[in-house]
Amino acid sequence: MVIEIPLVNITARNTHIIPFEFEYYEPRSLEEALELLAKFKGEAKILAGGTDLLVKMKTRIIEPKVIVNIKRIQGLRYIIEENEHIRIGALTTLRDIEKSTIVEKNLPALHDAVKVMGSIQIRNMATLVGNLCNASPAADTAPPLLVYNARVVAMSTRGKRFIPLEEFFKGPGITALEPDEMLVEVIVKKNNKGSSAFEKVSRVVVDLAIASAAVYAEISSDGVIEDSRVAVGSVAPKPIRTRILEERIKGLRLGSEELKKAIYEIDREISPITDVRSTAEYRRHIVKVLVWNAIERVYRRIRGECV
Amino acid sequence: MCINMVKVAFKVNGEHIELDVSPRELLINTLRSKLGLTSVKYGCGIGECGACTVLVNGEPVLACLTLTVDVNSKDIITLEGLSKNGLTDIQRAFIEEGAIQCGYCTPGFIIMAEYMLREVPNPTISDVKEYLKGNLCRCTGYINIFRAVLKAAKSRVSR
Repeated sequence: MVIEIPLVNITARNTHIIPFEFEYYEPRSLEEALELLAKFKGEAKILAGGTDLLVKMKTRIIEPKVIVNIKRIQGLRYIIEENEHIRIGALTTLRDIEKSTIVEKNLPALHDAVKVMGSIQIRNMATLVGNLCNASPAADTAPPLLVYNARVVAMSTRGKRFIPLEEFFKGPGITALEPDEMLVEVIVKKNNKGSSAFEKVSRVVVDLAIASAAVYAEISSDGVIEDSRVAVGSVAPKPIRTRILEERIKGLRLGSEELKKAIYEIDREISPITDVRSTAEYRRHIVKVLVWNAIERVYRRIRGECV
Repeated sequence: MCINMVKVAFKVNGEHIELDVSPRELLINTLRSKLGLTSVKYGCGIGECGACTVLVNGEPVLACLTLTVDVNSKDIITLEGLSKNGLTDIQRAFIEEGAIQCGYCTPGFIIMAEYMLREVPNPTISDVKEYLKGNLCRCTGYINIFRAVLKAAKSRVSR
């Protein structure tokens, strides 16, 4: 069988300077930023970490007329723990999340994910919210936040709205944000009963995922899955929850043949493609292994093992 | 407030710099072409190789993916700044361990090694691999680089 692997576009080369002119704004307040977005609508792009946006601009995948750099806005870089929720601000970097004991303790799958994203340089620059807004099917922070039922807060001059993360992703690079809206915060409800974990495979450690999986589960002490939420990345046009699988694995025992069979049914919910990173066939295979391993890791965490 | 040319003021290796730059200018271009700091190397240009790593307010940043306007009022350190008073212990260890062949990736590695030793003074080999995983070397195969960084760490701790 011949597998067709699409070629990388080598005509789009990068440069020492962004190869086109744009208008540049540095708002000092959220209100000022939202007014700029309202004024320029779809012509403006928000710059935060820049690790996705500037690469796309250098290679001329996108050529925005206006750049709104939000990094000078005070008070958008935070991880706040409340009684029932954890709130993460728009300028919080992946490295902030990696170093946060609040995240490590309450959101272990998200902590797993940021630890294996890119290099330390990239994690120091890139933001969590930027990773979500880039809306790559391979965004590593998405599957963990999906299994936590995270909500995002979108703001514009018209007001504020809360969007469940599952409805936020619309397709590759496409989100539910209106052109004048900015994603200002991620809100995660704490889950005290079970635990969670994230697994991924990539070609080399700093590369995007070939496939990834996040699992939140409540598992009895004798290893029976009582409740679970499962999300996978890089195996569909967007990061997705696999609800049929969640239903099927309920009541099954870890390590059992039944659990293995149930995980194989994930085939009905995913639609992977072949690209430079992997074939669709390999993605179909490995995502099952990742879900299995993530469930095992959740169980070890529930038992208090350090994993 | 639309900006065509922007006045930026920042510190590079302790020296105060003021420049008018276009918003589309990247930090790597300013450092290399305008300030002559050629230790900052242009490798992949898309954030994968780490050859352009500099410290901005003490944190490692890729100069190829940073707009110069964005470092306004910040404090930048390049390898020239680290070695102002002669070779650093990390540079000496690189020489002693033969951790250099063509040398193109070396400044990025040394900046990251310096950053690591400030955060983790007594690193294990897995710390070294984690901190240096964003830096690519196509000559040495990394073994001598890891050895050099561990050697420098040891000499710092015993000092």
